[in-house]
Amino acid sequence: MSIGHTLLGLLESGPRHGYDLKRAFDEHFGHDRPLHYGQVYSTMSRLLKNGLVEVDGVEAGAGPERKRYAITDAGVTDVGQWLSRPEKPEPYLQSTLYTKVVLALMTGRDAAELLDTQRAEHLRLMRGLTERKRQGDLADQLICDHALFHLEADLRWLELTAARLDGLAQTVHG
Amino acid sequence: MTPEGSLLAASDLHKTYGATPALDGAEFSVHPGEVVAVLGPSGSGKSTLLHCLAGIIRPDRGTVRYADRDLTTMSDADRSALRRTDFGFVFQFGQLVPELTCLENVALPLRLNGARRKEAERQAREWLERLEVEEVHRQRPGEVSGGQGQRVAVARALATRPRVIFADEPTGALDSLNGERVMTLLTDAARETRAAVVLVTHETRVAAYSDREITVRDGKVKDLLAGLR
Repeated sequence: MSIGHTLLGLLESGPRHGYDLKRAFDEHFGHDRPLHYGQVYSTMSRLLKNGLVEVDGVEAGAGPERKRYAITDAGVTDVGQWLSRPEKPEPYLQSTLYTKVVLALMTGRDAAELLDTQRAEHLRLMRGLTERKRQGDLADQLICDHALFHLEADLRWLELTAARLDGLAQTVHG
Repeated sequence: MTPEGSLLAASDLHKTYGATPALDGAEFSVHPGEVVAVLGPSGSGKSTLLHCLAGIIRPDRGTVRYADRDLTTMSDADRSALRRTDFGFVFQFGQLVPELTCLENVALPLRLNGARRKEAERQAREWLERLEVEEVHRQRPGEVSGGQGQRVAVARALATRPRVIFADEPTGALDSLNGERVMTLLTDAARETRAAVVLVTHETRVAAYSDREITVRDGKVKDLLAGLR
């Protein structure tokens, strides 16, 4: 995820302090990986340098100074361009699982067992996500569904590979 | 041997159709309030396993124990009675009676078990509410959507408060949203009433609503947790 673009996008609704930005980010996007303060401040200084944000005000307090950031016109254009640019689909061609299956067959180990163990691990994760969906709000449901559909695709590949193990073994040993 | 605390358990099940073995030494167990998903490729023996567990067909060999009774040695009449009182069924297509209203469909198993019409319909109405389809109670199955019909079928399966619910591809004919809602309502109700659920599915996102899964392959069952129990 582009943290810079996401923070910029959050600034579009109005100026915020670094701390507020972190809170907004964590609430909407940081379910499993909250931002570190260090990341927020290093990102903001980069955005400042590039003219995408400006300092809207500084509050002096007992601690360090608190800067309030605002997005610039260039920043708004940058967010717009990022949103309209399609993400590169993952090619999924460097699969560790594929490598493991082939190596198991090459070394005479039980590849079906490997696939069964992997299926159980995938389902364990899917169960956790399903439970989180049951208890979560719509945002939780959307983010869990995204993961669930990808895991489901992996499992379909596992099934197909399990059905093709004999043929694959011949190819590997052929 | 029956696994400790299990409500329904099968041991060394064999079933052959012609020359084709459908089950080849399958083992299975489910505890009260537990949802077990039965996974496996087409033709692996999933449905045959479910039918043996539910006492719909008799295995050639092996035992199916339900609450200290052996289904494989019971008479057909006794097994039918047991299915009516203790088991609930949900299939891919609701299998509702087309001539009856949705309310009458849900009340039907209660009536068959001896409840008076008024009481049966009162309870049926509560189950329709619970399954979020109270509004279709006067309509016939042909007049409601697939998702609504399947919820009515789930309500009918739950109405007699069965101790085991057998669900064979219960969301197979539904879109994702409806399928997920049906699974949530079905598993919530089952856990609340401590009913065991045997869930046959080929959809892993549906299987993720279970507590654990078993995989049937070539009529054999692989229970990855069996060794850990």
